[in-house]
Amino acid sequence: MNDKSTNSLPLGEMSEGQRGLLYNYILGIADNSMILGQRLGELCGHGPSLETDIACTNVSLDLFGQVRNYFQYAAEIAGEGKTEDDIAFLRKEREYKNVLLVEQPNTDFAYTIVRQFLFDVYHLLFLEQMQNSEDETLAAIAKKSIKEVSYHERFSTDWIKRLGDGSEESQQRIQKAVDNLWTYTDELFHQTTADKAMVSIGVAVDVTTLKDAYYAKVNSVLEIATIEIPESKWFQKGGKNGVHTEHFGFLLADMQYMQRTYPGMEW
Amino acid sequence: MKNNWPLWEVFIRSKNGLEHKHCGSLHASDAEMALVNARDVYTRRMEGVSIWVVESKNITATNPDNNGELFEPAQDKVYRHPTFYKLPDELKHM
Amino acid sequence: MSEAEIEKLEIAFEQKITDDVRIEPKDWMPEKYRKTQIRQISQHAHSEIVGMLPEGNWISRAPSLRRKVALLAKVQDEAGHGLYLYSACETLGVTRDDLYEQLHTGKAKYSSIFNYPTVSWADMGAVGWLVDGAAIINQIPLMNTSYGPYARAMVRVCKEESFHQRQGFEIMLKLANGTEEQKEMAQDALNRWWWPSLMMLGPTDAESVHTEQSLRWKLKRKTNDELRQQFIDQTVPQAEVLGLTIPDPDLKWNEERQSYDFGPIDWDEFWQVVKGHGPCNKERISARVGAWERGEWVRDGAMAYAAKKEIKKAV
Repeated sequence: MNDKSTNSLPLGEMSEGQRGLLYNYILGIADNSMILGQRLGELCGHGPSLETDIACTNVSLDLFGQVRNYFQYAAEIAGEGKTEDDIAFLRKEREYKNVLLVEQPNTDFAYTIVRQFLFDVYHLLFLEQMQNSEDETLAAIAKKSIKEVSYHERFSTDWIKRLGDGSEESQQRIQKAVDNLWTYTDELFHQTTADKAMVSIGVAVDVTTLKDAYYAKVNSVLEIATIEIPESKWFQKGGKNGVHTEHFGFLLADMQYMQRTYPGMEW
Repeated sequence: MKNNWPLWEVFIRSKNGLEHKHCGSLHASDAEMALVNARDVYTRRMEGVSIWVVESKNITATNPDNNGELFEPAQDKVYRHPTFYKLPDELKHM
Repeated sequence: MSEAEIEKLEIAFEQKITDDVRIEPKDWMPEKYRKTQIRQISQHAHSEIVGMLPEGNWISRAPSLRRKVALLAKVQDEAGHGLYLYSACETLGVTRDDLYEQLHTGKAKYSSIFNYPTVSWADMGAVGWLVDGAAIINQIPLMNTSYGPYARAMVRVCKEESFHQRQGFEIMLKLANGTEEQKEMAQDALNRWWWPSLMMLGPTDAESVHTEQSLRWKLKRKTNDELRQQFIDQTVPQAEVLGLTIPDPDLKWNEERQSYDFGPIDWDEFWQVVKGHGPCNKERISARVGAWERGEWVRDGAMAYAAKKEIKKAV
């Protein structure tokens, strides 16, 4: 998008190869929302208060709404009668392209809210850029989603401040979750082959350009929340290329259970 | 530790031009959280465009035991209502 | 207050009930009315939040994205309904935490139906269709109950709940029109949920200890047996639309009564479940207690933060 000299092509004029890259690019975006939405959905009925249950479910619903928009578009690109559900439920583990961060489990509410915060800050920066995509559908999805994600970011930021600067226990727990999830943040700014190809035609967001703004925002919030910024410079990666953490297989086993047990049926 | 979130009353304006109306209550640790919770709890179906929250303990209410002295004296002040005034039938729209 | 004064208040209170004037939180009310209200509203609230669990069970496994968002929204509504009802209850001078305490220690009851397990996707259909169907029948008259905050909460609940039963029926319809395997799944769910749904409307009038007083105070507007008959009469034709068989060999249209006759209900099972011996009583309560205990540091942390902010503001 930074380079406007090369125009993107309408779907019909894309080569088979380009369509494949666009498809993969969309999965990379949508899988993040889907897997995070799935994790939040697991919490419904088990949160610290009724009010937080309702709030976290709202975030989950927003994310799944976005996922459906992305996958409906991806299904159109894939053709061959593919549906949003085929894409959502019928891939193998290696074919899911979400970052490792979003698949991390709900160890406690600190992990849930830190994971949310670390993703929301990225997600908002990402969507702000994607509004300018040469791909009209993606730009439109970004415009719609950005309002939701602005709210998510505010919500998780408030909670980080509240619990970070709350009681001794809540501060310790937030610190621990930040320490343990920090290692998954760098991957947000890695580019896949599909990313690079789509950046070159103005469709994709160049995520490498978001990094400074991301850490500036995250660090400033953590500082207010009296949370120490981890010093570790060693980061985990792999999700974007389909190499996931051990948690992921179990998440998929749950999510795909019906589609795998009863193949080819409609629900 | 038993440190419960206080109760808040929620008032919602359903659309511009209408007043805020009491729609229920909820728990929150502070005013900001109360607003956010109110948004999530009470406007899931596009019920509002503006929200007020006030901690329940800050509401001062009349005591129903005093309803007689408070509200009954208004009952015989019929001259405050348009129907008190007799006008000729020919006169329309007043 | 002298006895004569109390008697005067009681007469005025009963008059209000007779005249259909709503009772509001600060109005004088007999202590027994207040206690009955707390019991009824909190049971209702507990049922909503315990009711989140059997369905929440399937959120992560919903078979399509469309079904997943619908189920999430539905379970979320139940949290909302629990919240409205706890709030209504709090106007009677009891806190939500007290009410949780009663639930967690087993002192308070909740609807027996939620102690049955949801073992297949079809159960999401059956629960929505039958359990929400029975709940709606129970809830609609409560929009006119005598206690103002409860009645208002019920108006909101009923408005929101209207999509729940349709959601469930649609799941059943899809299964009933699906493959043989899906149809069997639907029939199996109906077989398991039918009788518990009938029991859910409460013990027969002869056995119901609270019905008479509750009717007199207009806390309840119809007896359990009337509600049950209404439920059966409206559900049988729906089962016919689905092409499913209600698991009651004695079910028969009675031309004279213009209602369905039905077979005997196993009340022994009902009372056993109420007493804590249902298939999931322990899991349900331990899930609620667990969520509450794991959330304690979160609630405390938020309060500590609020207190710090207050101090800062004061300086």
